[in-house]
Amino acid sequence: MEEGSTLRQGLARAIGGVAVVGLIAGAAACNKDTGGGSSTASNSKCGYELAFFGALTGPAANLGVNIEQGFELAVIQYNEKNGANCVVVKKFDSQGDPAVAPGVARNLVADKKIIGVVGPPFSGENEAADPIFEAAGVPMISPSATRTTLSANGWKVFHRALGNDNSQGPAAAQYIKEVMKPTKVFVGDDQSAYGAGLADIVKKSLGSLVVGTDKTEADGKQTDFSGLVQKVVGSGATVMFYGGYYANGGLIRKQLTAAGWKGTLVGGDGMKDPGLSKAAGIASAKGTIVTCPCAPPEQAGGTFFADYKAKWNVPAGTYSDAAFDSANIFLQGIDQGNTAIDKMNTYLSTVTYKGVANTYKFTDKGELDPQYIRVFAYKFDDSGDAKVDQEIKKS
Amino acid sequence: MNFSGLIHNFGPLTITGLTQGAIIALFALGYTLVYGVLRLINFAHSEVFLLGTYACLILWGFFGLDQNSPTPTGFAVVGLILLGLVAAIIASGITALFVELVAYRPLRHRNAPPLAFLITAIGASLAISETVGVVTQRNVRGVPPLIVQKDVFVIGNMHVTNQQILIIVLALVSMFVLDRFINRSRLGRGIRAVAQSPDSAALMGVNKGRVISLVFLLGGLMAGIAAVMYDLKIGVTRFDAGFLLGIEAFTAAVMGGIGNLRGALLGGLLLGLLQNYAAGLFGTEWLHAVAFVLLVLILLIRPTGLLGESLGRARA
Repeated sequence: MEEGSTLRQGLARAIGGVAVVGLIAGAAACNKDTGGGSSTASNSKCGYELAFFGALTGPAANLGVNIEQGFELAVIQYNEKNGANCVVVKKFDSQGDPAVAPGVARNLVADKKIIGVVGPPFSGENEAADPIFEAAGVPMISPSATRTTLSANGWKVFHRALGNDNSQGPAAAQYIKEVMKPTKVFVGDDQSAYGAGLADIVKKSLGSLVVGTDKTEADGKQTDFSGLVQKVVGSGATVMFYGGYYANGGLIRKQLTAAGWKGTLVGGDGMKDPGLSKAAGIASAKGTIVTCPCAPPEQAGGTFFADYKAKWNVPAGTYSDAAFDSANIFLQGIDQGNTAIDKMNTYLSTVTYKGVANTYKFTDKGELDPQYIRVFAYKFDDSGDAKVDQEIKKS
Repeated sequence: MNFSGLIHNFGPLTITGLTQGAIIALFALGYTLVYGVLRLINFAHSEVFLLGTYACLILWGFFGLDQNSPTPTGFAVVGLILLGLVAAIIASGITALFVELVAYRPLRHRNAPPLAFLITAIGASLAISETVGVVTQRNVRGVPPLIVQKDVFVIGNMHVTNQQILIIVLALVSMFVLDRFINRSRLGRGIRAVAQSPDSAALMGVNKGRVISLVFLLGGLMAGIAAVMYDLKIGVTRFDAGFLLGIEAFTAAVMGGIGNLRGALLGGLLLGLLQNYAAGLFGTEWLHAVAFVLLVLILLIRPTGLLGESLGRARA
């Protein structure tokens, strides 16, 4: 015992010594870094972390990567003004999976330097992870989660930078009714929090136009949609609305085309991804309509679109601009001295921020103020991607 | 419940169900063959199938074809499908032999308990599937539109297309050839002998190791054919395609009577039909639930499956 404890003490001293040396070296390195940047960086704005939380791998990673890159671009631009590594980016890969999200969220809140989260992108993972953010008091802005009930849980840290399904659903129905003018519509969904919520609202808004409904398994759980396809063809519908994501959407479009169905597939923002035409083939995907409570990134203000392309070598995708704005809301908060999680959260509840994609103001529930909600219709074209068709007028 | 929907769509649901069932049946043969001889569930068979779906896509890729290519015409289509079949059969066959060699043979030589085989089977399955997932970044890979679906004949509202006929006929022919091979050829007799009694077969001079390799190879060949049919029908493959269909194929094998070739065919077709009818009657969300409840019921009534014969006792 005796011997062991002295050994341990010795070891502890040695490790402590190394740690002190490391600290000094780190501080020196830090000074050197900030010296190279702006001289006004007194470091009161620096030394904090912002986190991205969402899918970087997994079947729905495209959307997560769009958001992460928009978010990271904002921080990079901030650090160009305030010194390298002033605000540090932390990435947390949830794979978009509600089963994976809670564990990853616990890792996130364990890092006490993180004072803001951009994400989670999907509604399902929000339901799983947000209670953990709420308990830890870490403020978050989701640039893309649209399920209506997310704001009904009394979470004080929850904010979203876009309209929810209550705005997207009626807008999709409005577009189907006023622009496409079909007499028969088929509505399906993937039973996910997002897909079923959206489809239910569209069903309600379209009323008697709906001639048939069906539900599928979630992404990756079903590949043969013969039953659904037969119901759509048999119903005589010329428009099918599908509440779900692009992986299933592409497969369904492909199998509908193969069965000779000439109608148009309509979906929400979850299907707004080139992945849809990768599965379906460009010719088959062409004409597919997707709604999105997001402005087209190529129409974003300032030099955002060019900056994004220059940095990542790909054009900005869906929600890249909203993620960029979300990050900048946090960064402005840091600039104004809101460097603790509770102060940051109070700041979010009062700020009105004009970003490149939209103007943002949050209600007391964390919803985007209704006057700033915009919904657009996009159409898949020969490029295999969805290009803006028109902004959907509010009904 | 939507009875009118089921009745109205009965014909179309039947033909699309049979098509899917044909694919499941060919896939199921691999499980049944291996089980019949070794009393082993080869869970890695789903990846034998998976690599087949990729092999023919890669081959078609050499001809510059992807999901956005125009449909080739005439003999080019026949040639491409044949080449695709060859590629998939080779890939699946080699994978099956490889799995046997790496995951099972060493265990057999050490007289490992059955549980060890089960775990290496699941391990091999996951290892291959996840490797494919990482290599393909878990993206889907689209299939070139080789066949423009045309109605060959129409009964009521049931449109039977050229592709559906191709898939069903190809499956039946493959089954028939395999059945003949097992029941009539010298090598087939060896397989049946080992299935019946490995020790007696060995005493009679049957090379057990070679028979086991042959069984894996045959299962792989059938999975390769199923893989091409799957590509043509579903239009997309990805790293977990084998897992999903594998569960259904394994189910079909059990339903028909595992270890029984004709049982696999019956089980596959039946499962394809049941799933489609369940989707029509209750909604697509009930497809798996209903099909598997029926599986339990069938097994309660006939614990050895519908045709409940083992490979060894199959009529010669």
